[in-house]
Amino acid sequence: MAPKQRTRNPELIPGVRKVSRSKMYHKRGLWAIKAKNGGKFPHHEKAPAAAPVAEKPPKFYPADDVKKPLSNKRKPKPTKLRASITPGTVLIILSGRFKGKRVVFLKQLSSGLLLVTGPYKINGVPLRRVNQAYVIATSTKVDISGVNVEKFDDKYFAKQVEKKKKKGENEFFEAEKQEKNNLPAEKKDDQKAVDAPLLKAVESVPDLKAYLGARFSLKAGMKPHELVF
Amino acid sequence: MPFKRYVEIGRVALVNYGKEYGKLVVIVDVIDQNRALVDAPDMVRSQMNFKRLSLTDIKIDIKRVPKKKTLIAAMEAADVKGKWEKSSWGRKLIVQKRRASLNDFDRFKLMLAKIKRAGVVRQELAKLKKESAA
Repeated sequence: MAPKQRTRNPELIPGVRKVSRSKMYHKRGLWAIKAKNGGKFPHHEKAPAAAPVAEKPPKFYPADDVKKPLSNKRKPKPTKLRASITPGTVLIILSGRFKGKRVVFLKQLSSGLLLVTGPYKINGVPLRRVNQAYVIATSTKVDISGVNVEKFDDKYFAKQVEKKKKKGENEFFEAEKQEKNNLPAEKKDDQKAVDAPLLKAVESVPDLKAYLGARFSLKAGMKPHELVF
Repeated sequence: MPFKRYVEIGRVALVNYGKEYGKLVVIVDVIDQNRALVDAPDMVRSQMNFKRLSLTDIKIDIKRVPKKKTLIAAMEAADVKGKWEKSSWGRKLIVQKRRASLNDFDRFKLMLAKIKRAGVVRQELAKLKKESAA
């Protein structure tokens, strides 16, 4: 908060101020300014105002009054990242295809989702986006300094738009067979490029590779609210 | 079966309820039938109900309501901390605390270690069985 400003004329009661008009004149030092300027208060000439542009009358008046929607200047910002999640943290994914998998956090994308990788060779989780709400952050960290994640953003993960196919009966059956998703080689290379330095960092810590390869599950006697992750 | 641990001045007790849960305190005076004046090096001297205390075997030599400095010196002389950590009760509490503070990764490493140990034990057992059978 800014330091409290000193008020020259505090309000004692609503409508009643402390200092009288003449005393305020003296307090503000208007007499000194006047004295400095030869008896008159310095006066600036008004800047010449630009002449108002003559507006042409509109060509078309709509018949009905259409209501203008209220203006919305809201700029969405990415979800606040939990303090426990920093680049290199091991996360436990809680739902979806990879539930229970322990995974390395890379960075938060502009949509708020977390960019995450297995690494793929260790547990089969590729470069993937994951919502912060479906994740437990552990306190284990992996050294992520050798990894470059600049090029990944939400557009990288957008669904591929398929070309329109004509729906003839024969073509329909043929098209079904070719429906398989072939990952473009570029994405496979990206995965390898991200995982290579990660694998080195992971292998330097004993048991970490096996840890990332194993799934998390609650066993008998484990109380989640008492567990330290 | 006679009682062995008495409420007396200098008796070390473990707080088992309340804000000071888990702390070792010394009974410094008895207020009435239910309450004691209790003190510890890192705590303001205060009253506590006996029901909140569990008496231990450790006793130190102090006069009624000693000054804080005297109390701390007496506790050092009797080595309360060392005796407590060597006692089986104290050791159990330390293990419990350690287990509760384990990381997810630590628990994984613990599991691997347990499996390894069990494997070694089983091998030895198998060897011994073979010898006794032969």
